[in-house]
Amino acid sequence: MPKHDHHTHIDTTGLKRMVLVGNPNAGKSVFFNALTGMYVDVSNFPGTTVEITQAKIGGRLYIDTPGVYGISAFNDEERVTRDVALNAEVIINVVNAAHLERDLFLTLQCLEMGIPMVVAVNMIDEAEHLGLKIDLDLLSHLLGVPVVGTVAVEKQGFKELEIALQQPKVGLIGAYVADDLNRLLDRLGTKGEALLYLEDDADVAKRHGLKPPGSREKIYLARRERVNDIVHHVVKENNTKAKFATVLGRLMLKPLTGIPMLLATLFGMYYVIGFFIAQTVVGVTEEVIMLERYEPFMRNLVGGFIAEGTVLNTLLVGEFGVLTMTITYVFGLLLPLVVGFYLLLAILEDSGYLPRIAALLDRALTGIGLNGRAVIPMILGFGCVTMATITTRLLGTSRERLIAIALLVITIPCSAQLGVIVGLIAPLGWQHVASYMVAVFATFVIIGVVLNKVLPGKSSDLLIDLPPIRLPRVENVLKKTMNKSYMFIAEAAPLFAIGAFIIGVLEVTGALVALQNVFAPLTVGWLKLPKEAATAFIMGIVRRDFGAAGLADMSLTAAQTVVAMVTITLFVPCIAAVLVMFKERNWKEASILWISAFAIAFLVGGIVAQVVI
Amino acid sequence: MFMSELKRGDRATVKHIASELIRAQAIRFGISEGSEVSVEEVLPAGPVILRRGTMQYAIGRNLAQQIQVESRMREKKHA
Repeated sequence: MPKHDHHTHIDTTGLKRMVLVGNPNAGKSVFFNALTGMYVDVSNFPGTTVEITQAKIGGRLYIDTPGVYGISAFNDEERVTRDVALNAEVIINVVNAAHLERDLFLTLQCLEMGIPMVVAVNMIDEAEHLGLKIDLDLLSHLLGVPVVGTVAVEKQGFKELEIALQQPKVGLIGAYVADDLNRLLDRLGTKGEALLYLEDDADVAKRHGLKPPGSREKIYLARRERVNDIVHHVVKENNTKAKFATVLGRLMLKPLTGIPMLLATLFGMYYVIGFFIAQTVVGVTEEVIMLERYEPFMRNLVGGFIAEGTVLNTLLVGEFGVLTMTITYVFGLLLPLVVGFYLLLAILEDSGYLPRIAALLDRALTGIGLNGRAVIPMILGFGCVTMATITTRLLGTSRERLIAIALLVITIPCSAQLGVIVGLIAPLGWQHVASYMVAVFATFVIIGVVLNKVLPGKSSDLLIDLPPIRLPRVENVLKKTMNKSYMFIAEAAPLFAIGAFIIGVLEVTGALVALQNVFAPLTVGWLKLPKEAATAFIMGIVRRDFGAAGLADMSLTAAQTVVAMVTITLFVPCIAAVLVMFKERNWKEASILWISAFAIAFLVGGIVAQVVI
Repeated sequence: MFMSELKRGDRATVKHIASELIRAQAIRFGISEGSEVSVEEVLPAGPVILRRGTMQYAIGRNLAQQIQVESRMREKKHA
């Protein structure tokens, strides 16, 4: 397992700065891993939530950057990549062999920054499989920099890469910018600064006290022409007949075949995560290992030093103990779910199916202020809202991220909760199942439509490329899953401990019981539920499935069950999701969302109560 | 005409993209004014799926309504 030193900083003085730059899906993270091995340092880039991975090897500091299509300061990722790349001593540009037409744009942009460079044409075996033959020598000749063919998952080509890295070269700069760069060199210091100034980068222009010259488009067009010309000479396509993958890709897009395929995929995912992992696997890891073995052991151990019943004992190993609940949730419950999600996500990502689902559902999502790309967090939400909230990062604007997070934390029940709810409602008959679904779905649509109307700004339109459909590689999927799961746990565990501590304090001080009484009028008067239901909602603050399970123990009529389930579904998200929400958004937005969830749950629950009871 | 009016199997040349930001993004992806594209699929009221060389793109309906194209010959049979 890789070692990630959070928030520690490597001493970087005197190290040669080798910066990895590449498009999304060029296999850059696996490439970085193959290049640097185990010991990496992950930290947030100052002032952003963008993560930067670094590794010190010998006299070199390898720095990974977020995958971007170009260095145009269109978003935080691109700004971070720009700032890191400008300070590079060597740029290692990773391109996807099957996507040269797209990826070489960034290659030329880096090259024109005048920084010594090596180009790694990655996944070269896959390009061959697709019938593409790439002349690497000619590519190297046309770019003027060393070019190496690699297969990062197998470390293929890395010996040649190491040789190339000892002699990186400044490439052949296109005539369309060469003169301007030389002319500006004295004034702006480096070709990198000069190029980005010429491309109208507002930050770069400002720090040199200049106005953007308005020449971006001219340069982009000329660069695009050069890319197309290079690709024309370097890539030979020797297989043009429609292959199975192409046909499959097309069927995924046509609504008539695409929608059934999507439903089957979603059902498959739901089955794996909602039944196999959330119930079978977690049944062992949480129930057997953690609750039956680990927690009693821990209570005994701590009880030997700190007497049971004392405040400290309760905080450490009580119901919400930092050493009991935190460890049980993180390793017994979250870890299996997280590994399951990242595994399925990696398969979906690597197969090329996700962008096609995004295209298929784009129209439906524009009505609620989102575009097709939002399907990814929505799909993941039915497994685990916490994980899904993190993936909202891939959405184009802050407005879309807010809408998606609001829908996720308020209306989408996670697999654990859904398990409890299905168990309670299904036996009541289809009318009750239908009322539940109508209430929750209507809330989903209303929240989306209202936020789309109320929030300022404009959501972005769908503009994505559809990679070829392919069979995911096992090593690649496993590596991605392992890295991401590890990083998630490293991030979530400390936050979780803090949450457990706060709840523990509430319990010890008696505030938990006081809160029960605050709830009572709402539950009895408005929701028409028994008074004890308040306890379940307080449990629901910790986790909604907790709350749902609490309601299962009470004797409710069929109509009351529907009201209770609608309310607990729309209720505030679990602690883990709240903590992630606070991390992804600012505290103000996160607090508003939390309070809204609270209010909407009781509002909709009450309305349903007035109708059905 | 606009890209949103194209039909499956059509070939077209991109003439004008209204938004400067989208224009820059599209150039990076591989589509610029003058690019020749073919239409792989048009989803009902949804995105237009384009092919150019080995690349495939999905373009939201709203965006497609802002991209001017000139339709070229229609492919006889969809390969």
